[in-house]
Amino acid sequence: MEGVVTTAHGSGGSATGELISDIFAKEFHNDMDDAAVLNTGDGTQIAMTTDSFVVTPQVYPGGDIGRLAVCGTVNDLLMRGSRPLYLTAGFILEEGVSFSLLRRAAHSMAETAAEAGVQIVAGDTKVIEGHTGSEPGLYINTAGCGIMDGWKRPDGTAVRTNIAAENARGGDRILVSGTLGGHHAVILGSRLGIDVDAKSDNAPLTDMVGNLITSGIRIHAMRDVTRGGLGTVLKELAEASGRVFSIRDEAIPVSSAVADFCRMMGLDPLYMGNEGKMVCIVDRRDAEKALAVIRRSRYGQNACVIGEVLEAEERKMPGTVIMKTAVGGERMIGVLQGEGLPRIC
Amino acid sequence: MADLESIKRFLKNYDGPEMNIMEVCGSHTAAVAKNGIPSLLSERIRLLSGPGCPVCVTPSSYIDRLIELSGKPDVCVVTFGDLIRVPGSEGNLAEARGRGGHVKMVYSPMDILPMARKNPDTVFVFAAVGFETTTPVYALLMKEIVQGKIENIRLLTALKTMPPAVDYLCMNGARIDGFLAPGHVCVISGYRGYEPIAEKYSIPFGVAGFSGAELLIALCGLVHDRGHGVVKNYYPIVATRDGNAEARRLADEYFETAPAYWRGIGMIPGSGRVLREQYHMFDAGSRDLTEDRKANPACRCDQVLTGKLRPYECPLFGRVCTPMTPQGACMVSQEGSCFSYLANHRRD
Amino acid sequence: MCVALPGTVRSVDTRHNTAKVDFSGTVVEARTGLVPVRQGDRVLVHAGCIMQKLSGTEADEIEALLSEMSGVL
Repeated sequence: MEGVVTTAHGSGGSATGELISDIFAKEFHNDMDDAAVLNTGDGTQIAMTTDSFVVTPQVYPGGDIGRLAVCGTVNDLLMRGSRPLYLTAGFILEEGVSFSLLRRAAHSMAETAAEAGVQIVAGDTKVIEGHTGSEPGLYINTAGCGIMDGWKRPDGTAVRTNIAAENARGGDRILVSGTLGGHHAVILGSRLGIDVDAKSDNAPLTDMVGNLITSGIRIHAMRDVTRGGLGTVLKELAEASGRVFSIRDEAIPVSSAVADFCRMMGLDPLYMGNEGKMVCIVDRRDAEKALAVIRRSRYGQNACVIGEVLEAEERKMPGTVIMKTAVGGERMIGVLQGEGLPRIC
Repeated sequence: MADLESIKRFLKNYDGPEMNIMEVCGSHTAAVAKNGIPSLLSERIRLLSGPGCPVCVTPSSYIDRLIELSGKPDVCVVTFGDLIRVPGSEGNLAEARGRGGHVKMVYSPMDILPMARKNPDTVFVFAAVGFETTTPVYALLMKEIVQGKIENIRLLTALKTMPPAVDYLCMNGARIDGFLAPGHVCVISGYRGYEPIAEKYSIPFGVAGFSGAELLIALCGLVHDRGHGVVKNYYPIVATRDGNAEARRLADEYFETAPAYWRGIGMIPGSGRVLREQYHMFDAGSRDLTEDRKANPACRCDQVLTGKLRPYECPLFGRVCTPMTPQGACMVSQEGSCFSYLANHRRD
Repeated sequence: MCVALPGTVRSVDTRHNTAKVDFSGTVVEARTGLVPVRQGDRVLVHAGCIMQKLSGTEADEIEALLSEMSGVL
């Protein structure tokens, strides 16, 4: 790897992957998953993760950077099957950030933490010089921990889960928890001065994941769909499991306003970022029930089954994601390439 | 009446002479991949991607000039999104921005007007890249600039026209048996301009829309018309033989025809548009930006752009040359044929 | 190249040569001047400018094209 970091390295696609594998993984020697599962020594396990938030604009339709900072970390913890309990918050403020913005962000964090059932237990603040000519930056880091096997059935017994990217197997069904691309569309729209008829989906998925786990659904793999979009997540899950994912284009939920915005910008909803959506891969026998549970949960009313997992065979290489298109064609899905900039001309 | 299923059967079961069909519009390249069109065709029908991505065919010296401008204290470069990642001879606009350069991304060239009014001490330079469809938009912008006496906007143009490039490809021995003609270009220019080329080389042209059904219907028509120099319109909802005369008149008011340099191909006479003499004060130095440093001597973009080589047949494809480290024109934009093949794992 | 999308004209501002165009709920202020437009027109928009009026609906276009293709198949 040569040269300097560019915004593409933060896009969540192939460039981000290269940055992690070429620089961090070489030094830190471990699986770099969304959240790490750690042994405490007395038989219990905790999940731990961290995430940083640099979104501009800091306030956007449907949310703000404070809400996002809680959702991102909580959702990463949830995807390992853990029950999120505690967060820390670190603020890096550029000179000139208004108190009203900071107050709003803090209030959103508190409100979202309460909704997600977590406590913010420690924090830090640093102030740095700003860049001249641009809006003063507000950056938030949150770290969080959750407890494994922390979900309890109605009778009080703990549910043991075994959720991991490599666990998807032939016959499993692939579910998406709702319409895609809203967050990306409103952020990009507001940067370009276009008032997209959509709201950010930023939301903690605690209710949804808790309901799924405690209702006894056999969840094999789960991943939140964030920066690289659904395409990137599906490709990564297919590769981790060595299976083939078969999905239908027409089954993928996208609102008509976001679909049109994507067409206007030459972008593909499959690679639009989200902040409150997940992919869930469940045992075939539990698919109907899982869909009903997600739809009943907060933020899950537009959930859909989008396809199934197949065992690899001669003509279908392990790790491929095949999409059946609306006209009946087949399209191979890869991870996001580049950073999804609008193409117009 | 035929239905889409019978069209698909025809295309899948076709066993006539081999048919190479080129789409010259980058949005067609993207739509072909998105709809999985290659999987619906007989092995005897092959799709080739031509030079129809204006961002891809812009020479490195043009990007270098934008980077240089963005670094000046009182200048701001304004551009469409995907130009930001196109490499010049050293680096791209994203990296220039990282070093403190002034680069703003917009949806419409018109968005430069409020910026210029609000910041009279900054000169705003629009990276005016595009084909026949976008040129009238720049003409509308020029009209506002001239009538509103706005003094702090300039254009750095790299404007191109499609028919001379298509003619160039045919003349230089590209093995093409049919063209998907660019639908939105034809909305403005009309498809009249492709008729002499179709006739000269006995190659059919099909003006096509961008949905899966529109593409399949146009392909079916092209296969049927193999060997006939005809131009047919499969996008009548917006494209016509004569196009939009008012848009062309406005474009001609501000721009004149000039030779243009196409990255990966070279100089093509009469294939560009530049600001007319009387508007030169609005030009940020667009003329003579023809130098194109080939990043890697093994790059085969010229052969890919002319349909002689499949993207994955290039030795650099996917290894040295990726969307993060593009070595040539076809990998730089999402519309480039190599980018599209790599992102969609296409192997047809 | 030339990404363009059909939308519906909601209102026309003749003084500023703009029109509000609706794309499934998202309203964009597009520049007019290349083709005369009225409220209710379906138009093709590229880079924030109205390029052309649509001559019918997409569904009718496909149907007409398919009917023409009968002779081919």
